[in-house]
Amino acid sequence: MIQALSGNTAVAYAMKQVNPDVVAVYPITPQTVAMERFADYVADGDVDTELIMADSEHSAMSCCIGASLAGGRVMTSTASAGLALMWEVLYVAASNRCPIVMNVMNRALSAPINIHCDHSDAMGARDSSWIQIHAENVQEAYDNIIQAVRIAEHENVRLPVMTNMDGFTLSHATERLETLDDQQVQKFIGKFKAIYPLLDVDNPVTYGPLDLYDYYFEHKRQQVEAMELAYDVVKRIGQEYGKVTGRSFDMLHPFEMDDAEIAVLALGSTSGTARVAVRAMRQKGVKVGLVKLRVFRPFPKDGLKEMLKGMKAVAVMDRSDSYGAFGGPVFSEVRSALLGEDVEVVNYIYGLGGRDIRQDQVEQVITDMSTVAKTGKVKSYVNYLGVR
Amino acid sequence: MKEKGWKECLWGGLIVDAGNSVLYKTGDWRSQKPIRDEKKCTDCLQCWIMCPDAAIKVKDGKVVGIDYDYCKGCGICSKVCPFDAIEMKEEGEQ
Amino acid sequence: MVSLKKLSEKEELLAPGHRLCAGCGASIIVRQVLLAAEDPVVIANATGCLEVATTIYPYTAWRVPWIHSAFENAAATIAGVETMYQVKKRKGEITRDIKFLAFGGDGGTYDIGIQALSGALERGHDILYICYNNGAYMNTGIQRSSATPKGASTTTSPAGKVIPGKRRFPKDLTAIVAAHNIPYCGQTSPSFYNDLIGKVQKALSAEGPTFLNIISPCPRGWRHETDQSIAMAEEAVTCCFWPLYEVENGEWRLTGYSKQIAEGKKEKTSVIDWMRKQGRFRHLFTDARKPFLDSIQEEVEREWENLKKRCGY
Repeated sequence: MIQALSGNTAVAYAMKQVNPDVVAVYPITPQTVAMERFADYVADGDVDTELIMADSEHSAMSCCIGASLAGGRVMTSTASAGLALMWEVLYVAASNRCPIVMNVMNRALSAPINIHCDHSDAMGARDSSWIQIHAENVQEAYDNIIQAVRIAEHENVRLPVMTNMDGFTLSHATERLETLDDQQVQKFIGKFKAIYPLLDVDNPVTYGPLDLYDYYFEHKRQQVEAMELAYDVVKRIGQEYGKVTGRSFDMLHPFEMDDAEIAVLALGSTSGTARVAVRAMRQKGVKVGLVKLRVFRPFPKDGLKEMLKGMKAVAVMDRSDSYGAFGGPVFSEVRSALLGEDVEVVNYIYGLGGRDIRQDQVEQVITDMSTVAKTGKVKSYVNYLGVR
Repeated sequence: MKEKGWKECLWGGLIVDAGNSVLYKTGDWRSQKPIRDEKKCTDCLQCWIMCPDAAIKVKDGKVVGIDYDYCKGCGICSKVCPFDAIEMKEEGEQ
Repeated sequence: MVSLKKLSEKEELLAPGHRLCAGCGASIIVRQVLLAAEDPVVIANATGCLEVATTIYPYTAWRVPWIHSAFENAAATIAGVETMYQVKKRKGEITRDIKFLAFGGDGGTYDIGIQALSGALERGHDILYICYNNGAYMNTGIQRSSATPKGASTTTSPAGKVIPGKRRFPKDLTAIVAAHNIPYCGQTSPSFYNDLIGKVQKALSAEGPTFLNIISPCPRGWRHETDQSIAMAEEAVTCCFWPLYEVENGEWRLTGYSKQIAEGKKEKTSVIDWMRKQGRFRHLFTDARKPFLDSIQEEVEREWENLKKRCGY
């Protein structure tokens, strides 16, 4: 079906189609509308879900953990300070291997308070052992949620998944998108399979013991393995989704990379802006390509190396900063993945607090990369794009 | 218990062997040992309901002994006994 | 009246081999609570002594499904478990009756967990939250909490040359909980197991959120001999520092020994005598601090009179 939906309503619609057992949320801009629409579905009896309007995001995620380990399908949504407040229990959810799916409408962190998009919230949670998928547009935001259910619940993975979309840029933008039928969604996601559920009172289990130096490390090592196994699962589910919808997904989505000599790497809605800029620069004869980083966790290090080796220069777009570090979080990881490759990687930190990124700015970045490619010289590895 | 490697244990510290703490004997914490006088005991079960360690053994409503594998020697049983049927003695004393 | 003989036929759901201190009140409370429950239970436990000492990996003392998530979120965690149960029951995927319990210490309940507790009570989850109240952060080494009695010396409210231990009275959490207008809440003590077990059974049979605040002696933190735990939790009641009462559908009622005191059938003991037996109050017994000590007795009196009024005396 073709519909015109905003990011928020598309999220609510996808959640309605998933029809999870429990949703626990707390309102926060810019994801509030998604929860309002989902509450409408609950109020009208369109879903079987029990909706918990929690007293905070910390409690919302705590409810999600309890509900998930009780043995059922659980979803939630948040943004910014909400994700930050959840920080402690994000780790608990992942460590107890709760297959929770959470939509995050990326928004800047305080202070000063700002309601608009950047990726500081998601990047702050990057080490929490949650799988992170980023959407370029509303269609992808919808598609990602449905795939995320399968990825999270896969027995080789069993990790929570965070589906990210840019606050306001996508959450409040109405786009034309294609949605599946409810039955197609249900068939794709299948039935939830509980593993060691708390509600199995005949087989009592203990979750969350005191785990000291004799075993904690082993349990962390298991999470590393789950992330490793997730690469293959994310890919296969992305392909399978393609068979149903005609829209296939991978960890990395290249554009005009076949004969590219320089590249731009971005995630989220900026990939769309960058695509237009790449197309424009191609018309001017610049051999530039775009790599859209769709999945940030697990970080597709091997694929990225394969895709970017031989490039003369790569611009990495970061919509958050890691203060005091050598560049933004995406930059550090891309550079690290390219260890041993003769590729100049340059960082552009942009769009903090919702500062718009324009096509001409990305074109300027591409021009800068052409210069690097020609001269072999980098003026500055970390650059702030669009700041006065 | 032999320490397992990461491939052998369940994820996240999940424990499925409910109540396996019985494998860990806390009796060796004890410095004072409760000695029960069967003759004075009326099986009122005050000691049983007040024991922090479920160390008073009861069968068919009657006290049948003290589980020294787990008794930490706190002495609560001796204090709550209305019939002075439990005496605390130095561990090792006869 | 509870028949101990009958109860003793039930399975011990908190296995021995846990590593709570000798004479710990928490495990006595948990044993009594679990003996009181007739249906299967699922438990969420806040971070604290009870959680730490009962589940040292790879061991668990729990013979019931049990989850520890974090310090401040036991109420939210059990709310999530209970909500999933309600869905499964509605869908017919579960048919049997299960009860949902949370245990938190006073730190995890009065302080860091009060928001999650209040939220869960307001939302109406069918849960029983139990605060085992030992009056300080005992697990981390006896730091003061908002449940620490006035005058108690803790590691963060130490009795010094100038300051005589904790300077404020604990907040009245049971009354705060009662203000949520939930079906049932109350206070009890493991020394009065009839009262405790009766209240747990009442709470579990009520529909909706219920709460019990249970005084939990701690030999390490209160500084008394390990064999004195039950005596201390008994005297806390007889001196009216910790009255036994319940609030059922808005009706306040004294119970057990406290009711008997109010009705003149039992003697009320002295708060100061109870304090004298605990090392945490030792510094108060000087001439200079007599006025401070007297103020504690007065405050306990005042609170007791208020409670009596609420209960219709």
